[in-house]
Amino acid sequence: MRYLPLILKNCWRNRRRTILTIASIGVSMCLLGVMVSMYHAFYMGAPAPDQAVRLVVRNRISITQPVPLSYRQRLQQFPGVQVVMVANWFGGVYKDARDPKNQFARFAIDPEKLFQIYGEYRIPEDQKQAFLRERTACVIGRDVADSLHLKVGDRLPIKGDIFPGDFEFTIRGIFDSPSASQVMYFNREYVEQSMSERRRGFVGLYYMRIDDPAHSGRIAEAIDSEYHNAPYQTKTENEQAFVVGFLALLGDVKMFLFAISAAVMFTILLVSANTMAMSVRERVREIGVLKTLGFTNGAILGLILGEACAISVAGGLLGYLISTFLMQVVAKSPVGGFLPAMPLIEIPVAAACIAIAAAIGLISSLVPAAGASRLSIVEALRSTD
Amino acid sequence: MAIPIAYNLRNLVVRKTTTLMTALGIALTVAMLLAILALVNGLRVTLTASGDPLRIVVVRQGSDSELVSNFVRTQFQDIKFKPGIATGSDGQPLASLEMVTIINLSRENDSDVNVNVRALLGVGRELRPNVHIVSGRWYQPGQREVVVGRMLAQQHEDAHLGKNIRFGRGEWRIVGVMDGGGGSTDSEIWADLNQVSSDMQRVEILSSVTLKAVDAVAAKALINDISNDQRLDLSAVSEQEYYARQTSSADPIKFIGIFVAIIMAVGSSFAAMNTMYAAVARRSREIGTLRVLGFSRGSILLSFWMEAVLLSLLGGLLGCLLALPLNGLTTQVGANFATMAFAFHVTPEIMAVGLVFALVLGSLGGLFPARMASRKEILTALREV
Repeated sequence: MRYLPLILKNCWRNRRRTILTIASIGVSMCLLGVMVSMYHAFYMGAPAPDQAVRLVVRNRISITQPVPLSYRQRLQQFPGVQVVMVANWFGGVYKDARDPKNQFARFAIDPEKLFQIYGEYRIPEDQKQAFLRERTACVIGRDVADSLHLKVGDRLPIKGDIFPGDFEFTIRGIFDSPSASQVMYFNREYVEQSMSERRRGFVGLYYMRIDDPAHSGRIAEAIDSEYHNAPYQTKTENEQAFVVGFLALLGDVKMFLFAISAAVMFTILLVSANTMAMSVRERVREIGVLKTLGFTNGAILGLILGEACAISVAGGLLGYLISTFLMQVVAKSPVGGFLPAMPLIEIPVAAACIAIAAAIGLISSLVPAAGASRLSIVEALRSTD
Repeated sequence: MAIPIAYNLRNLVVRKTTTLMTALGIALTVAMLLAILALVNGLRVTLTASGDPLRIVVVRQGSDSELVSNFVRTQFQDIKFKPGIATGSDGQPLASLEMVTIINLSRENDSDVNVNVRALLGVGRELRPNVHIVSGRWYQPGQREVVVGRMLAQQHEDAHLGKNIRFGRGEWRIVGVMDGGGGSTDSEIWADLNQVSSDMQRVEILSSVTLKAVDAVAAKALINDISNDQRLDLSAVSEQEYYARQTSSADPIKFIGIFVAIIMAVGSSFAAMNTMYAAVARRSREIGTLRVLGFSRGSILLSFWMEAVLLSLLGGLLGCLLALPLNGLTTQVGANFATMAFAFHVTPEIMAVGLVFALVLGSLGGLFPARMASRKEILTALREV
């Protein structure tokens, strides 16, 4: 520890190189940070309090297959279930679908249940009442309103594809949500009217609010086993698992994250190893002098390893900071709606980033450091380079 | 007068460890970019392989894929006898009414695979002569039997010949494996239209119609005829164009990949900068000598810049080598909600993009160190150790 000032001095003597190395590691580490935060949010993160009490019931075969409307009554009676809401993925096209701004999620739902299920949505009471009163009313998320410059009272024409027909909605409310809100909700009955007799009586999904997140596993199991022998089997999962399942439709997300992370880590390893090799090579004579002064081989090893760690941890920190900023951008983008809400600073993610950086620093400097510490004094002093 | 390139080449060879490490860093970045481009390209090749210019896909107006389209049987009667449709062996027009839906095959390790099920009649097979059975036999009409695509059978242990899969109201027996010639059919399940539609309670509401035109002119006329008929409310495109549009489902992956590659490029161009700065610092006296010999500042700038470009060229070539084994490797990606298996496709064009990318990255990174080299004063340069 008493060598710490010496290590820091050594880091700082070739400023340009140190800064370039830190920047290089930082940029790569920020990618790694994004990957780790996404992985954490998808597969390990505890769901946000509002999300943890939401369960989604879908057809076991696929989310594109319907579930009978008749299940609603029974679902409400399961102990622990407080509210059950029907949600149909509406699809549809708004103006020109090729413009990504026009692609927001649209759900046909039970208006009176919406704000009970999504307790975190904030909407003025008068707007909410107006939405409940009118059959052709809709509410949209703040993000949709902002990107399309829509306001309360505007008309929103949607051409249906899954539910054929031309629908015209009136915006009666705009709600705020802590996560991205590229979404529109409207009354299921408006759509139901236009459907053929045969298709009525089926719904896409059930959203449920339960009393305690700790009961979610038990409730999900109870529901799925109830319908195990029914013609329409169900799959019940919490909202987070449902979202991850939805993302799986895009491809093997896990493998994608792993592949990118591995490539990034290996690149950082190369960059850091290269820097350390360069700085050791320049200092061979100096190492001879240090040894003459009585520094042991171990101390020299420690000095060089410490220097590498200091630089890569600095890079790791910088990278993590950039990644939190990037994650905010990601969360606000249209994809963000699919992501679970993420707090600004996630301690495990930060710890993982810095630990990875330190480990990379250590590994990368092992070879040059070992070489330097084993150098004999005479040889080192004789070196002219 | 310019300094010969051999001078730079020798310098790179002398410092081979540093050269190799920096080049590897660049190589990884390039390989990353190439992998993404090869993935997207593979998807495109597979989808276009599915398309025949004479086949026309008809869906409901406003639907961008068969999956979200609704097609009523009476609509089929309206277009079945349009002029220009080729005639089949039984004298009936080659027009196939089909139903496309998604089912979910859960895998052992809990990640789900979504598969397209295409239900069709005999005429549907007749107008796709490229699809043939490789093992087993075709399904019998009226039986709970299915045929699976070659890729699907390879990738999924539950989709082997003789096994049962579960969807709709029960079990279906896999009686054959089909080969669609590298197209999306290879990842589909085919079954009898009447059997599946009644099982899924969609007897009236099907998905799409595929037609076979007599020739290219007739195909064009048919497309215009159907798309412009207001009463039908249908939209027709050639199968080639239909699949080309489906490629856009890989856009998010492409976007993320390019974003990652650019960030990694920033990191590795910093690393290249580092290497070149070290090279300039070590060769201070050489630079002084070159100046004394009469080489101008300009030629020194050019020489060092060339060295950086050579370094990145080496990196680019290494990157191409790294990406080459990916060629032909099969992977799966979600295309419009259904998982599709296809092979990475590394083409010379893609490799050229990778090389150009490496060169740009290296030349940007080499610019500043080269400028520093050219600005050195002769006397100070000669005096430096």
